[in-house]
Amino acid sequence: METYTIIVLLLAATIRVATPLLLAALAGLFSERAGVIDLGLEGKMLGAAFAAAAVSAVTGSAWLGLGAAILTGAALALLIGFACITHRGNQVVAGMAVTIMVVGLAPSLALAWFGLGGQTPQLAAAGQRFTALPWPWADAARETPFPGLLYAELLGGHNLVVYLAAALVPASAWVLYRTRFGMRLRAVGENPHAVESAGVPVNALRYRAVLISGVLCGVAGAYLSTAANAGFVRDMTAGKGYLALAALIFGKWRPGPTLGACLLFAFTDAAAARMQGVALPLVGVVPVQFILALPYVLTVLLLAGFVGRAVPPKALGMPYAKER
Amino acid sequence: MRIPFLWSCALVLAAVGGNVRAAAAADFQPAVVYDMGGKFDRSFNQSAYDGAERFKKETGLAYREFEITNAAQREQAIAQLARRGATVIVAVGFTQASAVEKVAKDFPNVKFTLIDAVVDLPNVQSVVFREQESSFLCGLAAALASKSGKVGFVGGMDIPLIRKFALGYREGVKYGNATADIFENMTGTTPAAWSDPSKGAELAKSQIGRGADVIFHAAGATGTGVMQAAKDAGKLSIGCDSNQNYLQPGSVLTSAVKRVDVAVFNAFTTARAGTWKAGQLSLGLKEDGVDFALDQYNRTILTPAIEARLKQAKADIISGRIKVSEYK
Repeated sequence: METYTIIVLLLAATIRVATPLLLAALAGLFSERAGVIDLGLEGKMLGAAFAAAAVSAVTGSAWLGLGAAILTGAALALLIGFACITHRGNQVVAGMAVTIMVVGLAPSLALAWFGLGGQTPQLAAAGQRFTALPWPWADAARETPFPGLLYAELLGGHNLVVYLAAALVPASAWVLYRTRFGMRLRAVGENPHAVESAGVPVNALRYRAVLISGVLCGVAGAYLSTAANAGFVRDMTAGKGYLALAALIFGKWRPGPTLGACLLFAFTDAAAARMQGVALPLVGVVPVQFILALPYVLTVLLLAGFVGRAVPPKALGMPYAKER
Repeated sequence: MRIPFLWSCALVLAAVGGNVRAAAAADFQPAVVYDMGGKFDRSFNQSAYDGAERFKKETGLAYREFEITNAAQREQAIAQLARRGATVIVAVGFTQASAVEKVAKDFPNVKFTLIDAVVDLPNVQSVVFREQESSFLCGLAAALASKSGKVGFVGGMDIPLIRKFALGYREGVKYGNATADIFENMTGTTPAAWSDPSKGAELAKSQIGRGADVIFHAAGATGTGVMQAAKDAGKLSIGCDSNQNYLQPGSVLTSAVKRVDVAVFNAFTTARAGTWKAGQLSLGLKEDGVDFALDQYNRTILTPAIEARLKQAKADIISGRIKVSEYK
């Protein structure tokens, strides 16, 4: 029974940790499928996390915070778009530049506005954060471990953004593979000249793709600062943007496998948090250092051995110039 | 003509520079270098900041400060402050030890106060706290307040200092309830472990999931996540370094207070009065260097019965009747 409880709680933690990764990876999916490398994921998420926490702290509304986060993500995405779609700049450089800018700008603004050393105030009041949604009969269900605990901890007990992220996976797949917009978007990432010759403007499509990426990063950032935590702190994305990009490549630029990759990364992370000091059968208590290194070891092993070839969109990273 | 002109320019500059330096040296210039996490971490560094601010308020003297944001800055920052004429430099945090050791040798006339580590040089004062004593009291409080008989500990970076907290805490818990279960987690093995509240919250949730209902953190800014997670789940947490009872009123059982502010304040005032001494200072319950926190924010949860037990244990530790072991 003990083991069962641990496993259910571990899976619930996996879902919580995977949510920002998944949102960022889907953001990257739209951008990269349209042929724009998205190295600005980290920066857009961090900027959005700051905007969400700052607005929520001032107005007292998590929803306004979410709105501000989405606007910030979109604005940063447009900046990247302006640099590498309109002006055909290097996409890697543009993304990195935005990330570096936000890493410095967000704590500076926080310091200027709140005077708390690059943090926002703690979000303590009700309504300032997205807290876990109470599912009906969850407390009663907890009494009967199977299947009650599954219901209370795994299905229920998460905040709104988690469910939103989960719903976005099939939604993204449907948009990319079943709608005219999605097919054109993928075509732009493979062969923009063909799309142009069919009379569809390439740059407008790419702008829409990076804008979607900005909006999704906005949601991911709001999740970090107003749902998973209670406030913004310096560098709070802690490399999640790059991890999301790795998950996207790992998932071969497809929504379903990307979800799997995000869950795997999150699982190793959650497991690392829980396996410290736990006596395992046969081996006993594993040293902390080994546990903390486990997610990285596992990632390297999986990437090296089990993925096969990941083929990026053909026009990825290439600025499009109209032929004259 | 050119060369004499340049020479005279250089001489004038040297004279001006010399005057500035002489004037600066005459003034009393205190400085403080904070560690990773920043001076508003609501914990360890903030306590140092409070001490420096108190000095400024009481004496009207300004102080210089530097917040370390990456490891490479430490030596540069300390050397820079020494070069610019600081009289006494307080370096906060054990990670500054090697930087202080190096810079102190280059500037034998500058006074260095190092907090949380020991450097044996004639111009370095090393202040260490007996954190195991306050951790012991917090462990006792946790054991007495816990209903499930299961309590947790979340450490920041996995280093001997944090193991010291953990060991004192464990002994305190066992003193209060010999059969209690204790879950221990460390956040990481790099300095980033001091400022990762998401990870802190995740570790706290994992301990709560295993049944813990009181969690003590010794993890700097990461601890804010621990306390948030405990609050969200309706459990208790114990703060660290600063008095953190106010952060989540009614959910923080108590705080293991470490008076870094007193150490900083004393370093500044004694240096100014000329009574500053190099060597090692060890501050514990007896010297009021560490303590548990009781104020209006935790009055309702830290019951008089627990308070009486804590006070008794504190007296026993001071008198030597309870021996708290030190992590070696």
